Amino acid sequence: MLEYQIEQNTLTLQLSGNIKNEDNDAKRTGLYADARAQNITKIRIEGAELEAWDSTLVALIYNLIKQTNAKATVEYDKLPQNLVHLVKLALSVNRNPTQEIPKKLSFVERVGQSTYEGWQSFKKGLNFMKENCLSFMRCLRGTAIMRKVDFLFVLGDCSYKAFGIISLISFMVGLILAFVGAVQMQVFGVEIYVSSLVAISMTRIMGAIMAGIVMSGRTGASYAATLGTMQVNEEIDALKTMGVPVTDFLVLPRMIALMMTMPLLVMLSDFMGMLGGGAVGILMLGFSPAEYWEYTYKALSMKNFLIGLFHGFVYGYIIAICGCYYGIFCGRNADSVGVATTSAVVSSIVWMIVITGVLTVIFVEFGL
Amino acid sequence: MKEAKTSPIITATNLSFGYGDFMLMKDISFQVNEHDIFIIMGGSGCGKSTLLHILTGLKAAAKGKIIVDETPLNTDRTGKIPEKLMHSCGILYQGGALFSSMTLFENIAMPLQQYTDYSDKLISELVSLKLALVGLAGFEEFYPSEISGGMCKRAGLARALALDPKIVYCDEPSAGLDPISSRNLDDLFLELNSSLGTTFVIVTHELPSIFTIGSNSIYLDGESKSILARGNPKELLKNPPSEKVRQFLTRGEK
Repeated sequence: MLEYQIEQNTLTLQLSGNIKNEDNDAKRTGLYADARAQNITKIRIEGAELEAWDSTLVALIYNLIKQTNAKATVEYDKLPQNLVHLVKLALSVNRNPTQEIPKKLSFVERVGQSTYEGWQSFKKGLNFMKENCLSFMRCLRGTAIMRKVDFLFVLGDCSYKAFGIISLISFMVGLILAFVGAVQMQVFGVEIYVSSLVAISMTRIMGAIMAGIVMSGRTGASYAATLGTMQVNEEIDALKTMGVPVTDFLVLPRMIALMMTMPLLVMLSDFMGMLGGGAVGILMLGFSPAEYWEYTYKALSMKNFLIGLFHGFVYGYIIAICGCYYGIFCGRNADSVGVATTSAVVSSIVWMIVITGVLTVIFVEFGL
Repeated sequence: MKEAKTSPIITATNLSFGYGDFMLMKDISFQVNEHDIFIIMGGSGCGKSTLLHILTGLKAAAKGKIIVDETPLNTDRTGKIPEKLMHSCGILYQGGALFSSMTLFENIAMPLQQYTDYSDKLISELVSLKLALVGLAGFEEFYPSEISGGMCKRAGLARALALDPKIVYCDEPSAGLDPISSRNLDDLFLELNSSLGTTFVIVTHELPSIFTIGSNSIYLDGESKSILARGNPKELLKNPPSEKVRQFLTRGEK
């Protein structure tokens, strides 16, 4: 039981019986309001008949004393020693935070801040790319600090280990292309040109895009997570203080590996896409394999094939740069690794599409 | 004697544990009495932290029986921690292990929201109290990344204490703290032990802490895979049962 009365600036709180899980909102609020409203200078707590108690009672007493801004004198009457002790302990340290909690910004301020931050991070990104160029130069001259083991490990990770997923996705994309194409071509009775459609679109752009998207989700994300965790563990700081350029040691092997393997993955993707198209052409449309192959072969051109490989090469660079950039500039807690991974994948896909647009315009302008 | 009255809250019998076939400890038995500050000490790599993981139920022992607060702990390998122990045990991890995406308030309110049906107002009062108890009054709205390592550890202790547990396990509480912060934390353990009656089980090899706060202890020896010494650390220092224990407690003095 918990009762209180107020007489001449003195609040007397009587505690008795079992006060556990004391969760009576109205009672608490009333008590605090009274303590605030009246000019209380003395709080007397009587606990002769108190049998059992827990933290909820301590919280109540603590908050009650706090209501008077700790101005009131407190008198404990026959309260259990340890309860008094606990209240005193809670009140003993009255250190207020020295740091200020950042206050909410107005709309204009927020727009200004995010614009400024956007510009800053754009400059940071350019600077990062410059550092990578310098690393690459050092690598060509043979002075870059890069471990062969690391390079071989990432090379393996972004080559043969990705074959399965790339094959599956590209096969399905070829299949879908052929399927959708066939419906339209049937109108004109030229279903056989499905093979040309698949061959041209896969080699020119679709193979590269599919490989790029799969690799950005698979490898770009893993780069961001790995380097982000290294940042959290202070491993990147350790490298910096050892005088090892982070771009040499961490970014270079990943960048070179992806730029080397992406064209290969694009080739695989092209092939698997055509195989998928063939599956539709042969099994559904009823062409003979030789016929399908002939029309595919006619449609293939070295130009389109090389343009596809070039796209793959550029995508490899974009994926590696985005993954490593967001990993290295990751924050220091568990949350920020997640943010880094997300940003790496999103921005690498966005940049891939933007650059594809630019490249397409350029190639078309040059009549390729 | 005072000790005779208290009853054991943790009983471990014939406990063996290790990794795979490699055993860290073989057939060890010990008891932790209520209201003790129980120190688990020993050299690096002897299995102190593993023992703590077993006591908290994070890891299963290879063999043996553990009873914590009258609840037998699952020593087979299903890895389930009995629900009751969630209420009666609090754990202070080495770095505090605060959830970095939550403020201190949310961190400490989490076990209360999970395991009690208190109103939001009471929860917020309890959180303020727990933070005040560890000397962090007014830090409710801070994120763990905005406060120092020592403060994180104290906030971790506040979270461990949120549900008024009977037992609090601490994994190397003073690791990485300056001597004064470490001393303050020790004082806090003593205060909470005497006023709340909480039993503390502490893994540490900080000698000053061991002597200031320990009321009972075991010394794990990695070589013989057994407990070499047990009892109040101050008594152990006076009458070391073996050369190894004496060396440990005196920092290897000849």
